[in-house]
Amino acid sequence: MIGYYLDLALNSLRRTPVLTGLMVLAISLGIGASMTMLTVLHVMTDDPLPGRSAHLYTPHLDPLPLKYASVSAGRDASANLTWPDAMALLAAHRATHQAAMAGGRLQVHPANSALRPFYADGRYTTKDFFTMFGVPFRQGHGWNSSDDTAGAHVVVLAESLAHKLFGNDVAIGRMVRLNDDDFRVIGVTADWRPSPLFYADAAAQHYDDSDQFFLPLAAAADLQLDVNGNMDSWIVSSDDNMRRPTLTWLQFWVQLDTPAQVAAYRRFLVDYSEQQKSLGRFQRPASHAKLYSLMGWLAHDNLVPSDVRLQLWLALGFLFVCMVNIVALLLAKFLRRSNEISVRRALGARRGDIFVQFGVESAVIGLCGGVLGVLVAELGLWSVRHRPDDYAHVARMDVPMLLSTLALAVVASVLAGLLPAWRACSVAPALQLKNSN
Amino acid sequence: MELRPIISSLRHHALTAALLTLQVALTCAIVCNVAFMVIRRVDDISIPSGIAENELSVIRSDGTDTKQNPQALHQADLAALRAIPGVRSVAAVSYALPLNRQDSYGLVCTTATLSLHSKACKISTFYDGTPHLVDTLGLQLVAGRDFLPDEYTADDRPSAAIISRALADRLFPGQNALGRMIYMGRGPDALHVVGIVATLLRPGLHGPGGSQLSLITSHLPDSNSEAYVLRSAPADRARVLDAATKALFASDPTRIIEPKYVRTYTQIRAAYFQRDTTMIGLFIASALGLLFVTALGIAGLANFWVQQRRRSIGIRRAVGATRRDILRYFQTENLLIVTTGVVLGMALAITLNLQLMKHYELPRLPLWYLPIGALALEALGQAAVLLPARRAARVTPVEAIRGP
Repeated sequence: MIGYYLDLALNSLRRTPVLTGLMVLAISLGIGASMTMLTVLHVMTDDPLPGRSAHLYTPHLDPLPLKYASVSAGRDASANLTWPDAMALLAAHRATHQAAMAGGRLQVHPANSALRPFYADGRYTTKDFFTMFGVPFRQGHGWNSSDDTAGAHVVVLAESLAHKLFGNDVAIGRMVRLNDDDFRVIGVTADWRPSPLFYADAAAQHYDDSDQFFLPLAAAADLQLDVNGNMDSWIVSSDDNMRRPTLTWLQFWVQLDTPAQVAAYRRFLVDYSEQQKSLGRFQRPASHAKLYSLMGWLAHDNLVPSDVRLQLWLALGFLFVCMVNIVALLLAKFLRRSNEISVRRALGARRGDIFVQFGVESAVIGLCGGVLGVLVAELGLWSVRHRPDDYAHVARMDVPMLLSTLALAVVASVLAGLLPAWRACSVAPALQLKNSN
Repeated sequence: MELRPIISSLRHHALTAALLTLQVALTCAIVCNVAFMVIRRVDDISIPSGIAENELSVIRSDGTDTKQNPQALHQADLAALRAIPGVRSVAAVSYALPLNRQDSYGLVCTTATLSLHSKACKISTFYDGTPHLVDTLGLQLVAGRDFLPDEYTADDRPSAAIISRALADRLFPGQNALGRMIYMGRGPDALHVVGIVATLLRPGLHGPGGSQLSLITSHLPDSNSEAYVLRSAPADRARVLDAATKALFASDPTRIIEPKYVRTYTQIRAAYFQRDTTMIGLFIASALGLLFVTALGIAGLANFWVQQRRRSIGIRRAVGATRRDILRYFQTENLLIVTTGVVLGMALAITLNLQLMKHYELPRLPLWYLPIGALALEALGQAAVLLPARRAARVTPVEAIRGP
């Protein structure tokens, strides 16, 4: 029966090619615009570390004085940790893995004199970083806790930086000059970048930046290396030591495997804050101490620019108008065939049959609109990728998004066809036959 | 034109007509708001910086040799850059420049006590630079003078400042700021206001009233990382930047010049506002798409109705209606539907704007957008219906006696 309805639908659409074309065009524009924006949103809110993210948490403390006002509006100075707090959390060792980190931007001086010095972005961190985040190594390994304590001058390079510096030679054991100091290469990682770069500070370009090198945090603090990120201090002093207790600049991540561990860690953070408060270091309530899950932290950080959300709403509004348009056109089209309907009804077709017949016709329009809509969306995404925004290059359609585009188009047009089909199937057979001229 | 027959005919297609009206209303509401957002963003991106942007280029250089004397380095670099043909003027700054996102800011006060909560204090950008910066940037001095040679200093305590008129008005409302003392920094350091410039935009925008609060101190850039500002004829800028990169590498091959920081000011402005230009493009594309789809809907439906009514049109023609009457009939029908739509649409536009105000910090939609949007849609409706209506007018009286 559906096959017959399909024939009827194709026949009917062929009879009014202009109107059919208009409907297909309208639905494809609406679908294309919405799917472009939905895809952008989908890739931006994607899980950066599938399989691991469920066990990753970031603790937050509030070491700010009660009366604190920042000259930089809209920035939370307690979003990062101070050195003493980060070291205390590391030493407490309450999680399966824990690491403190900060972004850095250093001058790289190639030994190969054919290369000019250049800047590279990287991360100052502690040893658990690699195991906790599952960073894949190509050669060598990370450093150990005595390197962390000593602030050893060792470095782990990303594959592309190692290749740039040493070509195809073995990088392990070679020396790299970063700013004014030499570091020994102990490991090379694959080019690895979670998207968004969830562990980076709020100032980072979360969809664009990547880490080219990793070196021990203590070495960075010893050498007072530049930090690429927000540093907030609430005591004006000439002391520019990065280890001072009144400067927040560190990010901290922990791996907690069970709900019990998570609950225990939450308690630990509050207890720690309470203890610091009794020591007079903290002034704000201990309940300000928080533990965010990875996805919770991304939501808190609100990495999706409000512009992207606005664009999505606009696209959905556009789709809705397109659908209203199609409802009106289908209604006119179906009702014009009252004669045909009444003949079929007089010959014994039930209302349900008529309903299904027109439903099939709407679905055919939707499917054509969907296929064209995928092309429009690909065009839209292509133009998004050519924008210089930091999230632009991740805007690509994957198979699930492709299928949901088609599904959305069919669902939308069948929905749009419901009202016209219902009106059509309530045509009374006798009256229409009499009227027909 | 008699409205009664049109209305009674529309009653036959009440649902279809209502849907078309709804579509027109939604389009009107969305397009009014989108047009408002476009105009706001265009305003944003055309904010004046106060500098001669189309004659300026900037090149950033980072020295890697920490033993160099910054002052000697700047002197040598500036001399080399000045020698490039086409360069009219050149100056070095530490890093901050209008719209380059590298802000150096803090409190500036009219009293020696600095406090964020005090009325005597404002947050301002602190620019610095080598002599001739004011001329090189093309700033317009409205009072006072440029710095004197002996006012420049490389230490952290400059003694003179040139402030923007906006900052002068905020710090000294209703008074003459020239010659007054202002305080800033850790010291606090006292600076003498020696000049006022008409406009000097900050490296980033900070909302209404905040983006123009800036000052230049007589501090000389004092590290071996700096940005050089070159002024030349607009057409020479690309060549000048190229020559400047070569000249800087020639004098010190170990320095780092990143290609992304070798830019004309046009590029700096475009980079700052690229998200806004993306949004403007998207807004315009969606508004045009909406208008297009609505026009298609109107034309498609009118076309359909004309076909459906060929016989009755024929009868009307046979009993004396002119072609003009038929044309008018369809135009009036369209006018009725679209007018109902835009009246509804104007109310919807205000509702939508209220929602946007709540969630996206948008200001209130000025009411004069509504009649303009309404008129635009009426015109669109008339244009869309013209072809089908003319087709209807061509129907001959013979159709009345023809079969279906």
